[in-house]
Amino acid sequence: MDFPTFLIQLLNSVQYGLLLFMLAAGLTLIFGIMGVVNLAHGSFYMLGAYLAYWLSGYFGSLTLALLGGVVLAVLFGLALEWLLFRHFYQRDHLDQVLLTFGLIYIFEELRSMLWGDDVHGVPIPELLSASIPLTDNLSYPVYRLFMSGVCIALAVGLYLLISRTRLGMKIRAGAFNRDMAEALGINIKRIHAVVFALGVGLAAVAGIVAAPISSVYPNMGSQVLIMCFVVVVIGGIGSVRGALISALLVGLVDTFGKVLLPSMAGMLVYMLMAAVLLWKPEGLFKQ
Amino acid sequence: MSTAKAHLEVLPGSVKLVLGLGLIALAAFPLIGTDFYTQMVTRMMILSIFAMSLDLLQGVTGLVSLGHAAYFGLAGYALAFLTPQSEAVSLWWTLPAAVLASGLAALVIGFFVVRTHGIYFIMVTMAFAQMVFFLFFDNKALGGSDGLYINFKPTASVMGVTLFDLDNKVTMYYATLAAMLIVYVFLRRLLWSPFGRALAGIRVNEHRMRAMGFGTFGYKLSAFTLAGALAGLAGYLWGVQSGYINPELMGFHMSAHAIMMVILGGMGNFAGAIVGAFTFEYVLHVFKDLPQVGSVNLGKHWQLWMGLFIVLVVVFASRGVLGLIAQVKAGGKTHD
Repeated sequence: MDFPTFLIQLLNSVQYGLLLFMLAAGLTLIFGIMGVVNLAHGSFYMLGAYLAYWLSGYFGSLTLALLGGVVLAVLFGLALEWLLFRHFYQRDHLDQVLLTFGLIYIFEELRSMLWGDDVHGVPIPELLSASIPLTDNLSYPVYRLFMSGVCIALAVGLYLLISRTRLGMKIRAGAFNRDMAEALGINIKRIHAVVFALGVGLAAVAGIVAAPISSVYPNMGSQVLIMCFVVVVIGGIGSVRGALISALLVGLVDTFGKVLLPSMAGMLVYMLMAAVLLWKPEGLFKQ
Repeated sequence: MSTAKAHLEVLPGSVKLVLGLGLIALAAFPLIGTDFYTQMVTRMMILSIFAMSLDLLQGVTGLVSLGHAAYFGLAGYALAFLTPQSEAVSLWWTLPAAVLASGLAALVIGFFVVRTHGIYFIMVTMAFAQMVFFLFFDNKALGGSDGLYINFKPTASVMGVTLFDLDNKVTMYYATLAAMLIVYVFLRRLLWSPFGRALAGIRVNEHRMRAMGFGTFGYKLSAFTLAGALAGLAGYLWGVQSGYINPELMGFHMSAHAIMMVILGGMGNFAGAIVGAFTFEYVLHVFKDLPQVGSVNLGKHWQLWMGLFIVLVVVFASRGVLGLIAQVKAGGKTHD
């Protein structure tokens, strides 16, 4: 592998890893703070992608679609939390699995009724459609760099939110000891709603920015969900830092696996997970 | 945790009576049912075996596996690989071989997964099942996304004399019924054996079991392997009946359906798993068969109805039919 190819694969794996992080961060936060396993988390990614398709067609601009899509997705997340999820925080994991599995069916069918079962493309914005030439015949698309940029900005924002703000302090307090936080006058129900909406928002952003390169298709949520599970298991549930490192690791293994060992590519990530489980059954960064 | 308490291991007399009547109805069914329904009930019985195998983990041991379909599908694939293109093979060695294949896979995967707990267990079982799914889905040599046909049903003969012919739908029906009863009796006996009691102890309090000197890892791994092997029995029968096997059978929808079946009847006693499998398949059949109303084909949107059905069951009757009976008996006191 020569250097330009290596560079392209490296950039691709970082971009894929960061995208997985957007989803895994929400998944791991929702589990860490509310104790809910959410199989429907991939559906929020799908929702984002379809909103990108729908709104960018309507507005003619991906930027407006991004803003509108995030607002709609967060409102949807808040409604869902209020209607269903908040009643399941104290329930058995078994009930949570079934509830969120039922939701996958509902979301998939609604998606099919609203937008059909065809694969749709979303145009890359004019401004970002260029490619940076690396050699005579190799180049790297600017849009992928933009995606990574969005994800890095959001990751930094998430870090600052959780470690540097009053809201973040309350979130951490709620995760550490729910009863004590409540006794100190923190409205834990509102914190839960905020965290849930945050998770949905991150997943939707991931779906929106990924839509132009991945295209938009049925069941796109389930595929990404399983990768997120692997990321969360490797990183350690509840750890955002673990999710970041693990997502980048999974991105590297998956992308380079497809180049170096194509026949094994589908399995490599799971083997990585198996190895981590043997070494640290609770993930690399279990808190 | 509510999985620990809401259990009904000893079946009330009234439930036993209903089950007995159900068995008589099952034994008589092919005499009155059409071919279509005989095959449908055969499928329900196969799924009952699958659901019972999961109940050993989910209801008895308290391990929620979201990847149980992998072992179901593997045995079906084993049968497909063992059956040549142009002739039939013997049931007597393909059945044990297929069950062994599923059991071995469960042993290897179980070695990794049973060291995890709760939510990790759910996610890791799902991830490993997905690995098996992609192994078959991505490899053309293993049938790829289209799956494989099993052109000939296995033969059951002793010294050249055919004992029964699985090509006959009614024979297949009774063979499946016998398999289901054998598995049920076996698991009920297992439930009350020292091994079964240890598994129930792990569900209620694993730390206490460890403190009493039980090697819970070994117990959980044995249960996982046994459950995988029994799921393999169901998958083998599925392959025989349908003559066709594809990766979807190992997908996580199939695994989640099995969890739903175990929940629907009531977990931890195996009878509930049978009731749940029948109910789930029937409900699925009804939803897919809904009529055209105006310009809308209701049956085409079965996923919506099934999703709503699952959500409603989880919200209002999360411990299934038997859970509801127990609740009524306790005067609603057990409601959580």
